[in-house]
Amino acid sequence: MGFFSRLFEGMKKTKKSFGEKLKYIFTGNEIDEDFFEELEYILISSDFGVETTSYIIDELRERTKKEKIKKTADCQNLLKTILVEILEEAAPEKLKCPCVIMVLGVNGVGKTTTIGKLAKKFSDENKKVILAAADTFRAAASDQLEVWANRAKVKVVTNEHGVDPAAVVYDSIQSFKAKNADILLIDTAGRLHNKANLMEELRKISRVVQKELPEAEYHKMVIVDGTTGQNALSQVELFNEAVDLTDISITKLDGTSKGGFLVGLAKDFDLDIRYVGVGESAEDLLEFNAKDFVDAIL
Amino acid sequence: MGMFESLGERLNHIFSKLRNKGKLTELEIKNAMREVRIALLEADVNFMVAKDFINKVSEKAVGEDILKSLTPGQQVIKIVNEELIALMGSTNQKLEVAPKPPTIIMMCGLQGAGKTTMCGKLGFMLRKQGKKPMLVACDVYRPAAINQLKVVSQNAAVDFFEKGTINPVKIAEEAIELAKKKGIDTVIIDTAGRLQINEELMQELENIKNAVHPTEILLTVDAMTGQEAVNVAKSFDEKLDITGVILTKLDGDTRGGAALSIKAVTGKPIKFSGIGEKIGDIEPFHPERMASRILGMGDVLTLIEKAQASMDQEQIKKVEENLRKNTFTFDDFLIQFEQLSKLGNLTDILAMIPGAMGKIRPEDVDESKIKVYKAIIQSMTPKERANPDLIKAGQRKRIANGSGTTIQDVNSLIKQFEQVKLMMKNQNNPRLRKMFGGRRF
Repeated sequence: MGFFSRLFEGMKKTKKSFGEKLKYIFTGNEIDEDFFEELEYILISSDFGVETTSYIIDELRERTKKEKIKKTADCQNLLKTILVEILEEAAPEKLKCPCVIMVLGVNGVGKTTTIGKLAKKFSDENKKVILAAADTFRAAASDQLEVWANRAKVKVVTNEHGVDPAAVVYDSIQSFKAKNADILLIDTAGRLHNKANLMEELRKISRVVQKELPEAEYHKMVIVDGTTGQNALSQVELFNEAVDLTDISITKLDGTSKGGFLVGLAKDFDLDIRYVGVGESAEDLLEFNAKDFVDAIL
Repeated sequence: MGMFESLGERLNHIFSKLRNKGKLTELEIKNAMREVRIALLEADVNFMVAKDFINKVSEKAVGEDILKSLTPGQQVIKIVNEELIALMGSTNQKLEVAPKPPTIIMMCGLQGAGKTTMCGKLGFMLRKQGKKPMLVACDVYRPAAINQLKVVSQNAAVDFFEKGTINPVKIAEEAIELAKKKGIDTVIIDTAGRLQINEELMQELENIKNAVHPTEILLTVDAMTGQEAVNVAKSFDEKLDITGVILTKLDGDTRGGAALSIKAVTGKPIKFSGIGEKIGDIEPFHPERMASRILGMGDVLTLIEKAQASMDQEQIKKVEENLRKNTFTFDDFLIQFEQLSKLGNLTDILAMIPGAMGKIRPEDVDESKIKVYKAIIQSMTPKERANPDLIKAGQRKRIANGSGTTIQDVNSLIKQFEQVKLMMKNQNNPRLRKMFGGRRF
């Protein structure tokens, strides 16, 4: 299956529940207050949040006035343009090897699964990949990573349950250097972002990476569950405070969730949206592209 | 934190403007309700539920007797409180128990909602209540899920059943046969996470249900779920006729709109909530207490229950005694710290104290300090702990080295200790006690 068909197939349900509702309001009637109210309902129901929703609606009001658009049917492309403009700010550049990707996020967003899929993807591209099992907190987390590592045929550096995660990262970097590897993926413990000492642990890992591998491109990528609501913004803000995030990826968009918070994040944070997860298999983790993404949901 | 304030803080802020007003106009109520609506939506309360809620409150609030009452602001808050409670299902709903054991609890939910962890917490809670639970590994898809449940059951010190990655229906059936033989009274079945739109996997859950007829089918929902929460709950309920909901990850700054929406949409009660990462971090869900917490009115009942369940009453009594007799030592101080940390996450505890919201910020509570203080006291000799006057400059240096802290840390602990002692002395003084409103410790 090609890239676009995968994205469209994966987000079919999203498009169905979001796009269908929109189609129903872009009917060709005159633009009036009811139209904007309906649009507000649809955007908020899709987790855009009150602030981003107001921003989008204000933009739409202004531009319809300026471009003298009278019919709702002509609004659809305008809405697409507005969304693409915001999301394009967050389009990522290609990864440059050697590089380190530290993967962060609260419990259960799919960090380990995402790393497993990435390992498979990079290994298929003939890159030398090392995994660091720095989640030494959750029961059986490193087992889960090892299963993925075996599937992708890459090396995983682990240690016992409860060991200092920074030590695991240090070991994995030594292995990275010895093997002259291309990409190091660091799995960290899922943690609720308001726990100060756990955040300190992440900073420590970061210090180890920067000291031991200063020449590598260093990505600090937060993973957000596509079913999350406005809490996504506070997750990103707090992880950003802790380690100065560079990237974000979103998982589980193959349900009926719309991931509307992504637009707010692109607007308010200086982050690259790196990957979009739309299914269970490794091929379902797609590189983000603003226009395709908007086309897939709208 | 600006826009990321919790729902409670935002509502508190809105109502503080109403609270002490002697008169309220319809317009003022309307404006307040508009702000409440935004606060609810920002907390991920379902759009329709929020709309309904606002309509109900507004209708009641603009009634004649409210506007003309002496404390209209308080009356409005009272209405909001009542409606919040009603929204979440009025009273706490306990676990059903099968007339003939074993009671079978089937867990279900999306990937990453926290089912496996919650199985362990439920098992732990039931064991503490004198039951004999067994956890059953029916998640045959996620790598290492079986192993995770095994570790979790060891932490909870409860029985565990696995049968590899064969058909989950068979695993469940065999587990229940075994449970009957072994005298297990509660079987908790962990299932794989799945999307509510995955028909094949939803059918599998229905097959398990039809095979073992669970007493409880509990849907685990991540409290951070957005507008999607109600769709998920509705789909699972339509397919499986769930008996209740468990909200996970309700600790921290989760705004928990899901908590406010699910009951209203499905009619199924929230029975428990997961409130932290430790095995004991599970609470029965009480709508009235949750409403009270959301409105910043605290939750003293839960706090007391927590204290009774986790603190050692004998130890507390001893400390109290020493406080009263003014023979309070560092040993007592250590006991206090230990008992306090048993209560759980300090930030969550703060939310239960009436009036603490907004006055004490979570970032002011430094839990690591308690660890430092404990280490310092543990580096003192028994003599020094009993008689703090023995701790001179030399000793302070030794204690700092021994505990891996600094002399400043040691000094600050000793200062705090002396302040507590002084405070107690004053409290025990009858004349001063009068000033404190007759309270004593």
